[in-house]
Amino acid sequence: MPLSDSFFGSRLAITGRDLERYLAEALSRGGDYADLYFEYIATSSISMDDAIVKSATQGVSLGVGVRVLAGERTGYAYSDDLSPERIVKAARVAACIAAGPSQVEKTPLREGDKHNLYPVLTAATETAFSDRVEMVKRADRCARAYDPRVFQVQASFVDNLRHVLIATSDGILNYDRQPMARMSVRVLARQEGSPPQSGHAGGGGRVGLEFFLEEKTPEHFATESARQAIVQLDAIDAPAGEMTVVLGPGWPGILLHEAVGHGLEADFNRKGTSAFSGRIGQQVASPLCTVVDDGTIRSRRGSLNMDDEGVPTQRNVLIENGILRGYLQDRLSSRILRSGQTGSGRRESYAHIPMPRMTNTFMLAGESDPSEVVRSVPRGLYCKSFGGGQVDITNGNFVFTASESYLIEDGHLTRPVRNATLIGNGPETLRFVSMVGHDLELDEGMGICGKEGQSVAVGVGLPTIKIDRITVGGTA
Amino acid sequence: MIDLAADLVQQALAAGATGAECILSEGEEFSANVRMRELESLKEAGSRGAGLRVVKGKRSGSAYTSDFSVEGIRRLVASAVEMAGMTTEDPHAGLPDPDELGALDGDLKLFRGDVADLDTPRKIELTRETEIAALDFDPRIANSEGASFDTHLGHHVFANSHGFAGEYRTSYCSLSAVPIAKEGDSMERDYWYSMARGLEGLEPPAEIGRIAARRALRRLGARKVDTQKAPVVFEPRAARDLLGDLFEAVHGEAIYRQASFLAGKLGQRVASEKLTIIDDGTIPSLFGTSPFDDEGVPTRRTVVIENGVLRSYLLNTYTARKLGMKTTGNASRGITGNAGIGHNNFYIAQGDKSPEEILRPIRNGFYVTEMMGFGVNTVTGDFSVGANGLWIRDGELAFPVSEVTIAGNLNQMLMNVEAVGTDLEFRGSTAAPTLCMGEMTIGGK
Repeated sequence: MPLSDSFFGSRLAITGRDLERYLAEALSRGGDYADLYFEYIATSSISMDDAIVKSATQGVSLGVGVRVLAGERTGYAYSDDLSPERIVKAARVAACIAAGPSQVEKTPLREGDKHNLYPVLTAATETAFSDRVEMVKRADRCARAYDPRVFQVQASFVDNLRHVLIATSDGILNYDRQPMARMSVRVLARQEGSPPQSGHAGGGGRVGLEFFLEEKTPEHFATESARQAIVQLDAIDAPAGEMTVVLGPGWPGILLHEAVGHGLEADFNRKGTSAFSGRIGQQVASPLCTVVDDGTIRSRRGSLNMDDEGVPTQRNVLIENGILRGYLQDRLSSRILRSGQTGSGRRESYAHIPMPRMTNTFMLAGESDPSEVVRSVPRGLYCKSFGGGQVDITNGNFVFTASESYLIEDGHLTRPVRNATLIGNGPETLRFVSMVGHDLELDEGMGICGKEGQSVAVGVGLPTIKIDRITVGGTA
Repeated sequence: MIDLAADLVQQALAAGATGAECILSEGEEFSANVRMRELESLKEAGSRGAGLRVVKGKRSGSAYTSDFSVEGIRRLVASAVEMAGMTTEDPHAGLPDPDELGALDGDLKLFRGDVADLDTPRKIELTRETEIAALDFDPRIANSEGASFDTHLGHHVFANSHGFAGEYRTSYCSLSAVPIAKEGDSMERDYWYSMARGLEGLEPPAEIGRIAARRALRRLGARKVDTQKAPVVFEPRAARDLLGDLFEAVHGEAIYRQASFLAGKLGQRVASEKLTIIDDGTIPSLFGTSPFDDEGVPTRRTVVIENGVLRSYLLNTYTARKLGMKTTGNASRGITGNAGIGHNNFYIAQGDKSPEEILRPIRNGFYVTEMMGFGVNTVTGDFSVGANGLWIRDGELAFPVSEVTIAGNLNQMLMNVEAVGTDLEFRGSTAAPTLCMGEMTIGGK
């Protein structure tokens, strides 16, 4: 697509000559690389609470970020005013990081490669607002009808449509149109003699409204959320201490995100601050484990046609049969480490400096029958759903909180237990994986990952796995 | 800016709204990072945004934009009015009553010009001094995630159709360091920081670097302890994190939804009588202070828990109406959406024991310096988080501990508070002294 036909060319009249001028300004004081990230994002959100549509919001944000790299140094400035004077000013501020004559040969801009992973004709953001209002109403009705013990329902539908343009001093010009939609349902249930319990379900992806009409309906999320809340009404205290834990398929893949994913981001590794630093080629997991980060899966929440530095995303093998294979790179790290690009440079918005991030992180399926996995455990915990997690990448310790789990007694799931945090150590815990199921599932599309104050959308996935030893933080 | 806000309110009324409120926010941010003695990054930029909430009868809708062009503003107004047409009538929707509006008098000392005047080379120098102090503190400080100096200058404007119009400026600066200690197979990081409205309020860079280094070093060689029940002491930095959970539990939205273990317990004993928790938006120069909240209501001092008795929730206008109460001046919002609820300076009142006195009687216990994860359920009070810290033996800090969990229930934990320290200090808008929580379950080996 020629620049003049792109969103920024046609709507905001940005020309190739403008881009070259801004890049030249960014490199006017030296430096060995510069890039521009233009972003226009339209967002809407609707929420229902107390059985009424309580809030409806929409908004627009636009701006440009200018970055200059000089050796290991980064200069960054941004502007939410796209007038040429303001962009030039931002470019000059970013240029201050560099000193000396420019080392960069002027390269004409040519359109870069990218995938076509979310060819959504009409983004949810472009549909009639009332159609999306209907989604939250359906979810509210369904959750309330699920069980008389349900007494509170909050349903929301949040979507955005982001247009980006990236131009780099090494001559790449790339655009993308990135739709995103997510539905979320939160339910409270209560019964005599015990406190209320909550359930939460949600999902979506880089999809249009038809996804919520045909594939994962409002009723699907409402039912799942209400089911969780009702199950928790009978939960008993979780056990405490080291034990065998079986993780169910899908969202429990957050284990991989925390236990290995962050620790393999190249910025930490080039600085030697990760527990995984210098361990490429070493055994860090049981031979049953192969873990990949794949930004190229169609329509997924964590997928991107190109990363936020204009590099096409790809499938990166992080751990292969237990052996550590590679890190996730952004441009800065791959330049310094002289390694290939992995399409992992991401940023929250034009106001943020890109860094290596995950996309969709999951473990490949194994050979075990999931029911065999549970049957093999005399006493332990089965975790079906999780809340958030966190990791200290330096010592490798990570936590994640089980929001729906069951005791395993003599190979059978028995009582549901209350929320409990599990804690392990990245380079050690996956060594204790002794069975991997054939039932790989990706999550439903509600992950948000935070790093150094920047949030980006991610996905995770997991087959059923058995971990022989991990610490469970219950009270019993 | 204040004229623009008032004008946006008028445009909304002209477009059919019966009430409107507008928030404008401008900010300038700067950040310098130094790592391993070298400048690593510089970031500098300014931005602004406008948020408009309109009321049409008993319906409300909102819109926001960063586009201040004539067309951008026109779309903002049209969009907010359109959104109001999408919502359901809600008898509790609307602006605060006119007699609730207002602003605190006097200089709250939220803005210091010296932050804006400092030149970039000096900022980089301060950052470098901070990191070098950490790196040079001990040969085992072998690596670093760097040090940073951050500043922010803000300008907040608020106007509504009851005739309220107010504005205030804020400044902020902070210095922080994240050193990494290494010995044998053990590698640990920790951090320390100082933040203030103006430069003179910052602690000396060398002091920040040294404290950060000491904190990282004392974690070296951490081990996992056996699973057991034992008394748990939270150091101030960890006790502060508990306040975040307690805020969620007294948050007006959680209260009217019955989604808090403290809902319906006003006037009841919910904690040890040693515990008093206060929210105060009026203390000059602190980070949770402002002359008015994000609905134009003056901030105030609210005693939330007084000697163990629950005295107040934290409310904005909407949740107060739902509960048949009065707003506590805790409306908080960014540019997008409706006003939610935020705390002002939310803190645990100082107690009567020094940290040493708190530790002395404990023969075997856990001194928590950091909690990890999101394992606190404020609906039920169930509490289960990852933790690291130091083991207490015979009243002394004996050895570092990590990869364990601590678990209990907030209902019981609050009742079990055995001692509150004298060491309260504000580093941000929440603050707590050392807290001895009584017995909890520690999950380890």
